[in-house]
Amino acid sequence: MANLKPLPKAREFDLARDSLRDLNLYLHKQAANEGVSQIQVKHPDGAHSIACGIDADLDVQIHGHVGYYVAGMNKHASVTVHGNAGPGAAENMMSGRVHVRGFASTAAGASAHGGLLIIDGDASLRCGISLKGADIVVGGSVGSFSAFMAQAGRIVICGDAEDALGDSLYEAVIYVRGKVRSLGADARFEPMTDADCAALKGLLVQSGLAHDPAEFRRVASAKSLYHWHADANQEY
Amino acid sequence: MCGIVGLLVKNPALRGQLGALMVPMLVGMTERGPDSAGLAVYTTPVSDRHHKLSLYSGETAVDWSELLARIAGHFAPAHEISTHGNHAVLTSAADPDLLVAWLGRHAPLIAVLSVGQSIDLYKDVGAPADIAERYGFKSLQGSHLVGHTRMATESAVTPAHAHPFTAGRDFCLVHNGSLSNPHLVRKRLEPLGIEFETDNDTEAACRFFEWRLREGDDLKTAVQRGFSELDGFFTFLMGTDAELLIVRDAFACKPAVVAETDDYVAIASEFRSLAHLPHISHATLFEPKPEEIYSWRI
Repeated sequence: MANLKPLPKAREFDLARDSLRDLNLYLHKQAANEGVSQIQVKHPDGAHSIACGIDADLDVQIHGHVGYYVAGMNKHASVTVHGNAGPGAAENMMSGRVHVRGFASTAAGASAHGGLLIIDGDASLRCGISLKGADIVVGGSVGSFSAFMAQAGRIVICGDAEDALGDSLYEAVIYVRGKVRSLGADARFEPMTDADCAALKGLLVQSGLAHDPAEFRRVASAKSLYHWHADANQEY
Repeated sequence: MCGIVGLLVKNPALRGQLGALMVPMLVGMTERGPDSAGLAVYTTPVSDRHHKLSLYSGETAVDWSELLARIAGHFAPAHEISTHGNHAVLTSAADPDLLVAWLGRHAPLIAVLSVGQSIDLYKDVGAPADIAERYGFKSLQGSHLVGHTRMATESAVTPAHAHPFTAGRDFCLVHNGSLSNPHLVRKRLEPLGIEFETDNDTEAACRFFEWRLREGDDLKTAVQRGFSELDGFFTFLMGTDAELLIVRDAFACKPAVVAETDDYVAIASEFRSLAHLPHISHATLFEPKPEEIYSWRI
């Protein structure tokens, strides 16, 4: 018995009763001080900015649908939403893991620098816009303008993509399994290398998905927008 | 930023609770629209021979029974009026166009908010909860409704600029977003004899769609035409006496979420306005896709 680790201490917040500010304050400062690593959140009922700005190795389980910016700026924590997420889920995440079990609204993972965002359902328009290094795995399909101006990181789309996928991409890479309605400016399909397959396999495994990497296509930047050409007449 | 809410009850047994179900939806959108709020509710229609006019007097105190007597002096058919402070619903067998023209001449301080056989319309400036309380929204009954909370970006904060906007009969529209070509739309419609009451961008959309309905389009066709005529950002929610319709622009700039059960269809800018609804955990939830038209009939 003596060599068993103590169970992590848990704490529950019920947002029908407790204030969102108290929850976020607890996640920012008190949880780590009290040695609590598991936090359950009940009745989120679409509130905004739940579990935003965490900078600690916490496990936050949110039971219900959330509003804007859930787990925004997340660092180190694992945040799971047992429901749908509003716009800007995990926007500007730095590290850690955010898992949306339902669907995510617009701009999921916008500008995220690191960590892993998993969306089991569909993601709406502009998923991964301006991505700066995080990984995003979408179990379903994504809306138009996803990965717009994505600079670094990887986006895995197990379903389809709507219009203008990867418009004005920089160095981020997209792996898409289904149909792509249209590619954005300067985005192109490229052959999957062994390194792509291995990286994709790793992301799929981390996300609990059993798809075969061979079913995916790679989309990356043709890099023709990297330098301005006077004779291109603004057409690229 | 603005908030929109819509509710259509499929189960007739819920018609008596329409207002009670809706008030938390509207109040839930206060942060998106604290300036003004409004609501169109579609009730059991009056008889074929009658019309209802929603009237609003703003800060002017009106002796409604005196007004009714004056109306009765000019128009032979019977009239009824139900009042709520500065708001009244006038039911009349008179020609509604003649009645509206008469009111314009003889009671110019009274605004006609809506005309139809099913629609009642309320709108005012202030916090949504205060407006809901002021007009007794909780006790409203009917088959469906269209509501709005406004944070003004395009034009003044006045009752006339609050949503819903109406045009014609039994048609209303609320809008989250902003149009970039309302003046062009207006320039096109005014030569056709279509008059505007405000400089608000949403009114241009409302009058455009109502014009198309009068020209014979059904609502979906009118909205489809709007994609090439109306430029800007929009989530539009519209009501007719029989239908509730939502559509978002091609970029889905403004949010919307739909919850559907066997008993109702509820629409709001955000889920937080739907969380209180009965059996919401079993509802089908989805976000309307860009430029896809979703409508439900009573």
